[in-house]
Amino acid sequence: MRAYARYAFGRFLQFLLVVFIGINIAYIITHATPIDPVEHTVSVATAFGHTAPEAIESMRQSLRELYGLTGSPIEQYLNFWRRVLVADFGPSLSAFPSPVSTLIGRAIPWTVGLLGVATILTWIIGNLLGGLAGYYRRSRILKGFGIVAMALHPMPYYIAAILLLIVFGYLWPILPISGGSQMNVARGWSSEYILSVVRHSMLPLLSLLLVGLGGWFVGMRSLVSNVVTEDYVVYAELAGVSKRRILTAYVMRNAIAPQVTGLAISLGHVFSGALITERVFGYPGIGSLLVDGVHAGDYSLVLGVTTVSIVGVSLAVLVIDLIYPLIDPRVTVS
Amino acid sequence: MFVVLRDLLRYNGEFLAGILMTGVVVAMALLSFVSPYPPLDQFVAPMDVPPSGAHWFGTTSRGQDLFWLLTYSIRNTLAFGLLVAILSRILSLSIGLLAGYRGGWVDRVLMSINDTFIVIPLFPILVLFYFVMRDNMSWVMLAVLTALLGWSYDARLIRSVALSLRHREFTQTAVFSGMRTHEILSREHLPFVLPIVFSTSLNNMNWSIGLEVTLAVLGFTDINRPSVGGMIYWANQHSAVVAGVWWWIAFPVGLVVMLFIGLYLLAISMNEYIDPRSRLERGGGRKE
Repeated sequence: MRAYARYAFGRFLQFLLVVFIGINIAYIITHATPIDPVEHTVSVATAFGHTAPEAIESMRQSLRELYGLTGSPIEQYLNFWRRVLVADFGPSLSAFPSPVSTLIGRAIPWTVGLLGVATILTWIIGNLLGGLAGYYRRSRILKGFGIVAMALHPMPYYIAAILLLIVFGYLWPILPISGGSQMNVARGWSSEYILSVVRHSMLPLLSLLLVGLGGWFVGMRSLVSNVVTEDYVVYAELAGVSKRRILTAYVMRNAIAPQVTGLAISLGHVFSGALITERVFGYPGIGSLLVDGVHAGDYSLVLGVTTVSIVGVSLAVLVIDLIYPLIDPRVTVS
Repeated sequence: MFVVLRDLLRYNGEFLAGILMTGVVVAMALLSFVSPYPPLDQFVAPMDVPPSGAHWFGTTSRGQDLFWLLTYSIRNTLAFGLLVAILSRILSLSIGLLAGYRGGWVDRVLMSINDTFIVIPLFPILVLFYFVMRDNMSWVMLAVLTALLGWSYDARLIRSVALSLRHREFTQTAVFSGMRTHEILSREHLPFVLPIVFSTSLNNMNWSIGLEVTLAVLGFTDINRPSVGGMIYWANQHSAVVAGVWWWIAFPVGLVVMLFIGLYLLAISMNEYIDPRSRLERGGGRKE
């Protein structure tokens, strides 16, 4: 247990390092710009023409602080961190005066829900089929599936999404092609609302599945085909252990470990959102928020989403890394 | 070298298919040098003509010949992928080899930084970068940034090979004969990791091109420089699919998918060649 505590502490320090470096990159990038972000955003905001001069001045002040443009360079840097640490990214300019943190808070459940379910489903199905294909190497069906998965795997995500959109949106319109839920259904835990959310998530989910499956499939198949030649598997076969038991208890179990690490990383990236998915299907997650922010010239929103993604991704990876030694007995944490 | 190539071509169907697909794409890119149209000229051809003998891939709503435009676009897209692959290879090689060879605190520090880069979400950072650069954003700059963010995974792979090389006898011999660290790394260890470098750079190209296409489709790159993603962006801007100008999207997409699959097949067939176990299997030394 002491060893685990030390491991956990080390991982936690690394988490802090990740967040530190990531946010510093964001800081450096925002400061390397030849454009003055404050004047740019203020000009975007005042373009609507009804903002009071005092409001503009306070906005300018708040922006200067947010981008770390007040005081000496060191003060600028510290100020930036102070605001990041309390998740205060100031008001959004495209949805003035709602704070950026509120907008992000509203969008995150959509993204995490959709991508979380998609990632886990893809992982389970891909590994199961990949494991079977690695073990039953002669099966025609699994070989065929392998070819399809290989062809789909390197396909740019965008293409799959557009294809689904054309098929289910225009040729055979049975599923909603845009939005997160039906407009005229009130939010809440009613069955009608939940059903509408599920129906709206079908196409984005399907597109993510289609593209994501191949990677897990191919990875697991090669892992399994390596394990199959190990001596203990050969021995178990000679000893007459049933095929099914060899597959589940001997082969799959030992091949799955690297795939769990892979799952950790992809689960982490749930927070950076699938920009294209959300864009193509008009899904109201943080990806859409980011793209809208960029198009609207909303500096605080873009910086906020970037920061939240960095923290979210590293947090997810941290959590999985902490659970990992508890799942896999072969990982020693000494 | 030639023996390896001949063997691969003879025994590995995936390698052959990969070479053919990538070859077609590269040939297409080379054709741009003899293109009759300058890449940025518009309204030099009739608008919205479906694929025909005069215009093989049809024309766009901006009066460009799709075939010749695509030659420029795929050339730029390939150049982007190559630049990223080369730059990030330099980073991942030097960091991976150094971390594996020196070990100790050098290894620990480098790998902490490495792991940090593995989990940092790239996409929001690239979008943020575009956001602050806007019109000053050039493709070289984007390539440099992508390379700076995309070396980490392969550095880990290279380190794992370097770790095992470190304890081999020839390394000891080299150390005792007075070779400096950088000499050992570049003369003794580099040849051993080169095969991995080749296969990972193909994957890295795929990854960076996918990233560039995605950014361009959203309009987050220098969209006035023809690229495959940029073509899809403009086609979307003109609602090509809805307007029935399907070829404007279909041909760029088809070509880039071909490139993806081609590079991917090359990478996996190379990996298989490097891995001695699967080589045995091909020679019939392994049970089915």
